Amino acid sequence: MRTATQHTALLTARALRSVSRVPVFMVMNLVQPMLWLLLFGALFRSVVEIPGFGSDSTYLEFITPGIVMMTAMFGAAWAGTTFVQDMERGVMDRFLASPTSRGALMVASMACQAVIALAQALVVLGVAWLCGARFDGGLGGVGLLLLGVVLLTAIFSALSNAFALLTGQQEALIGLSQMITLPLMFLSSAIMDPRLSPAWVAEVARYNPFDWAVRLGRAALDGSAPASEILGPAALLAAATVIMAWVATRAFRARQKSV
Amino acid sequence: MTAPSAIEVQDLVKTYAVRGRPPVRALDGVSFDAPSGAVLGLLGPNGAGKSTTLKILTTLTRPDAGSARVAGVALVARPAAVRRRNGYVAPRPVTDPRDTGRENLVLAGRLQGLGARAARARADELLERFDLGAAADRLVRTYSGGMARKLDVAVGLVHRPEVLFLDEPTTGLDPHARAEMWAEIERMTHEERMTVVLTTHYLEEADRLAAHLVIVDHGRVVAGGAPSDLKDALRGDTVVVEVADDGATARAGEVASRVTGLREVTTDGRTVRARTSASSAVVLPALLAALDAADVGVASATLARPSLDDVYLSITGRAFEAGAAAETEEVAA
Repeated sequence: MRTATQHTALLTARALRSVSRVPVFMVMNLVQPMLWLLLFGALFRSVVEIPGFGSDSTYLEFITPGIVMMTAMFGAAWAGTTFVQDMERGVMDRFLASPTSRGALMVASMACQAVIALAQALVVLGVAWLCGARFDGGLGGVGLLLLGVVLLTAIFSALSNAFALLTGQQEALIGLSQMITLPLMFLSSAIMDPRLSPAWVAEVARYNPFDWAVRLGRAALDGSAPASEILGPAALLAAATVIMAWVATRAFRARQKSV
Repeated sequence: MTAPSAIEVQDLVKTYAVRGRPPVRALDGVSFDAPSGAVLGLLGPNGAGKSTTLKILTTLTRPDAGSARVAGVALVARPAAVRRRNGYVAPRPVTDPRDTGRENLVLAGRLQGLGARAARARADELLERFDLGAAADRLVRTYSGGMARKLDVAVGLVHRPEVLFLDEPTTGLDPHARAEMWAEIERMTHEERMTVVLTTHYLEEADRLAAHLVIVDHGRVVAGGAPSDLKDALRGDTVVVEVADDGATARAGEVASRVTGLREVTTDGRTVRARTSASSAVVLPALLAALDAADVGVASATLARPSLDDVYLSITGRAFEAGAAAETEEVAA
């Protein structure tokens, strides 16, 4: 266990070093969420006036937690890129032929993605604040929202890494982004109050980890939501994180059988 | 061999499932021993099972059947213990291009269990030894091919392994860098008593470095022994005749096979090869006379003591170079 923790720290440092050497990628990942935040925030400003839209805030305030989580999920979906690059070189084989902890390889990748996602979440929140969004949840609310960001990022980085290990192909990650994360974003309450969506969308959203994170974030920023609206989704996300990390680490074994 | 075996391989079998086709048996009962403190050369055509054997011995994949001991440790039962005793340098670059040479070495050392200070000291030592001191703090991305390959080997050595697996360590290196690498490999075995398992595209390399050769083909070991013993076993010299005209090769081959004292006649392009069983001094003039009588123009004729190429050709039925070009595919698969 001590070895695994130490390996996690060493490998996380390696991953962050790599990110810090090409910071432009972090900025590029922010372009899309900024467009969503600023364009959607302006374009659909009057959506909140539709009868039944259960929010007394502005539309910008409504979608900010959704955009924060979207940034986290979309970024994490590409986490496996590093694994693919390590596999294309002999770096992954070298790690696997050495006593490097498999769990540490997985958790380090998740941790590095979480750090990136936290920085990006703070940027999105800052831009929303500059555009006039105000949240009653205060710093405590922001802290809880960031917890959701970390857990959501962990889930989708583990999924992305598992895809990378099983296929060894960057194309598989494109598939993950297009076929899984994008639909998950629309099958949630990120940009529309579920009470105004078809009933089946609201039903699907109940099983959607992305929606758990959005609901957690919105309740946390709202400040007046009952604790269960935060703790419930947080518990689900934490459970999903543990399960996904375990499943993804098992993918090392599947790879060992197939190579 | 009096030295204890560093590697004992017994009847390894590995089958790969291929979608829509019958499964491929990559290894079909491979057995060999590698003496301790020497270089074992693993040779064979493309797809013969070399890479699969190395992947099993480095614990990257598991055999379907059979057993092996690496540095005295049972491979299948205790993979973690084997990983601590093994070093592995894949045919592809094994270092992170976005880290410096020093960062790569220190991380590798720490993952192998060295403390922070010991890992830094070991990194300094290896950078010095591989003449990479000046480039130590540059990103590996900026290294030349030769420098990057030296760093790969240094990373494999960071924890002083008992057994080092070098998969094509000199492919793509210029002659100078290759000579440096050879000297370093000789030093590892002679001075540090390390056991090295080497695969290579260059028979010259195997001939110079390996104390013992194992030739695999179709997932089986087809020959093994010291290079000199394998060459001696061939008996007879090699005759190589180059014909002047492309179209005449087949006819030249027929003529050669009728000459008394020549056997194992093969043709390739304009080249006709054969092995002498009688005295070479008599056979060559006889062959040239027969070719002249058949109206086949000869561009050149040479006579040579058996080389490792001849050993390889006679055992696998293929010239060594022919398999080498497609090798990268096997590596990628």
